Amino acid sequence: MVTVVHENLENVEAKMSARDVSVFYGDKKAIDNVSIDIPTEYVTAFIGPSGCGKSTFLRSLNRMNDTIPSARVEGEITLDGEDIHSPKLDVVQLRARVGMVFQKPNPFPKSIYENIAYGPKIHGLAEGKDELDAVVEKSLRRAGLWEEVKDRLQDSGTALSGGQQQRLCIARAIAVDPEVILMDEPCSALDPIATAKIEELIDELNGRYAIVIVTHSMQQAARVSQRTAFFHLGKMVEYGRTSDIFTNPIEQRTQDYITGRYG
Amino acid sequence: MSEQIAPTRTPAFEARLKKRYAAEKRFRALGLSAIVFSIAVLIYLLGSMTLNGIGGFQRAELEVPIDFTQAAISADPQTMQGSGAVQSLQAQGLPEVVQFYAVEALGEEGAEELGTQAWRDVADAIIAEPGLVERQATFWLPASANLSAGFDGEGSQEMQALASTLSDAGKLDENFDGGFFSRADATNPQQVGIWGALKGSILTMIVTLLLAFPIGVLAALYLEEYAPKNRWTDLIELSINNLAAVPSIIFGLLGLAVFLTIFPSYRSAPLIGGMTLALMTMPVIVIAGRNAIKAVPPSIRDGALAIGASPVQVVFHHVLPLALPGILTGTIIGMARALGETAPLLMIGMRAFVASPPDSFTAPATVLPMQIFLWSDEIDRGFVERTSAAIIVLLVFLLVMNGLAIYLRNKFEKKW
Repeated sequence: MVTVVHENLENVEAKMSARDVSVFYGDKKAIDNVSIDIPTEYVTAFIGPSGCGKSTFLRSLNRMNDTIPSARVEGEITLDGEDIHSPKLDVVQLRARVGMVFQKPNPFPKSIYENIAYGPKIHGLAEGKDELDAVVEKSLRRAGLWEEVKDRLQDSGTALSGGQQQRLCIARAIAVDPEVILMDEPCSALDPIATAKIEELIDELNGRYAIVIVTHSMQQAARVSQRTAFFHLGKMVEYGRTSDIFTNPIEQRTQDYITGRYG
Repeated sequence: MSEQIAPTRTPAFEARLKKRYAAEKRFRALGLSAIVFSIAVLIYLLGSMTLNGIGGFQRAELEVPIDFTQAAISADPQTMQGSGAVQSLQAQGLPEVVQFYAVEALGEEGAEELGTQAWRDVADAIIAEPGLVERQATFWLPASANLSAGFDGEGSQEMQALASTLSDAGKLDENFDGGFFSRADATNPQQVGIWGALKGSILTMIVTLLLAFPIGVLAALYLEEYAPKNRWTDLIELSINNLAAVPSIIFGLLGLAVFLTIFPSYRSAPLIGGMTLALMTMPVIVIAGRNAIKAVPPSIRDGALAIGASPVQVVFHHVLPLALPGILTGTIIGMARALGETAPLLMIGMRAFVASPPDSFTAPATVLPMQIFLWSDEIDRGFVERTSAAIIVLLVFLLVMNGLAIYLRNKFEKKW
């Protein structure tokens, strides 16, 4: 069975692309022959029922699957045309270029300032205190958190509310100036108001970074993304404009999922 | 027409309810009595030890005024600084001078009961202040074991009579013995001190900590963060768990067979003792360390990895600081166990009679629990109080160590 790719897609340059990517956990095939292009111009959403492999695929884009001993990736994933598995591209460098935000906010148990400054510090991106201060402010502003925390930068990052913590994590990812940001169900642990703020933030970041978001909420995918890929049982079933996927799906399974027949 | 009663309001139900509350009360009373019993035992233990031990910090002393202007003792400041100072004073007849004035002050009978080594206290005073030999001075010198027993109302009738005569004359008294904290072991309970053993324990603990802590923490970090999970690491984990349960005397035999074969001249030294105890402490630190490292949430590791931290940076910037309080707790438990350990040190010769405090890691030494064991084995009654005093010193040492651990843990503890 082949992935259905809509034909009316604009021809834009791909920031990242995957070709025939399969991911195995031991003998189990979690992702089966997925090929997709991820452009900077649009937010790409991965939707699908639980266990369909969308998070697994997302984690293989910045090689976070390397931390799972039994995981194995086949096929080719490129960033700006460069193979991310080639020995020439260091995994540390890759993760600095492809940032990630997790399902559950995971700020470090350090001050807000330290949380943001950590990335630039270990990569040597800022010299001196002033430059570091500027990076912290810029990142917090972009994440829409500056006004709320500017007077308490030395407070612990874990003392913030859930939504603020998640925006802190986004700011932390932005601080190292990545090219791609991967978001793994970033709103699933948040209330509707915090969710709305994150979605707003994704809108603002769109265009500056290539953004990929995994979500369980179809409304969220419809609100924030311009491209949607539907995953089912480890396969990418359909890929196209978000508006087309939700109004005019070609595949029967996509139709069933978005109308709530399963998942 | 029968009245409907809800099943939870029937008399039978209410009776059951009463029974349930009674069981609850019984259980609470049992728990409370267990705690009260433990506290009572603890208070009895500490109380009797303190009562006994307070005597151990004192000793019976005789007052002896000495007029050095009448004695031909010279204390050249230069000689007094050298190592031959005591011998020089002895050669000049200091023991006889002390004996002469003792007879003068206490009578023949009383002077007889002056400790045989009492002149050494006078010698120490002269070495500390050579100007003493130019004038008169009054010394409180240790009484013999028999006399001090008599002073406590024990021992022979004659001694008790002599003691009461002397103390009525104000010439015999129990004084706080500061020297207990600066002397080492001796054959006479009046002359013993705890500093030798305390210093031996401190030196041994330093060696143990310096060896066991870094090796234990590094092993725990490697096993948790880097080692692949396979049959070999399972085997290593099993071995470490077994090692923590091995009786301590076995470690002593290992120290004897391995360390003393390699360094035969360091018998009884804190270095070898520390190495042996480190073997025993390391598995405890590894196990506690692994548990502490395991308790660090994986999301913190993911967060750090995802912004491009290398595995070493993840470990040293995030995992280790968060695991440190737990590691420290485990380390202190291991160290406290090592501090109280006697059996393995028996095997490597740390039960020797050591009359001077160790001045290096390789000098012969003994440790606190060993000193307690040695003193409790002595026949002389005077050692009973000294043993209790040594136990108090050991417990205070333990308390200080635990206090330090709690302080460090609270200092490093972070919430997430």
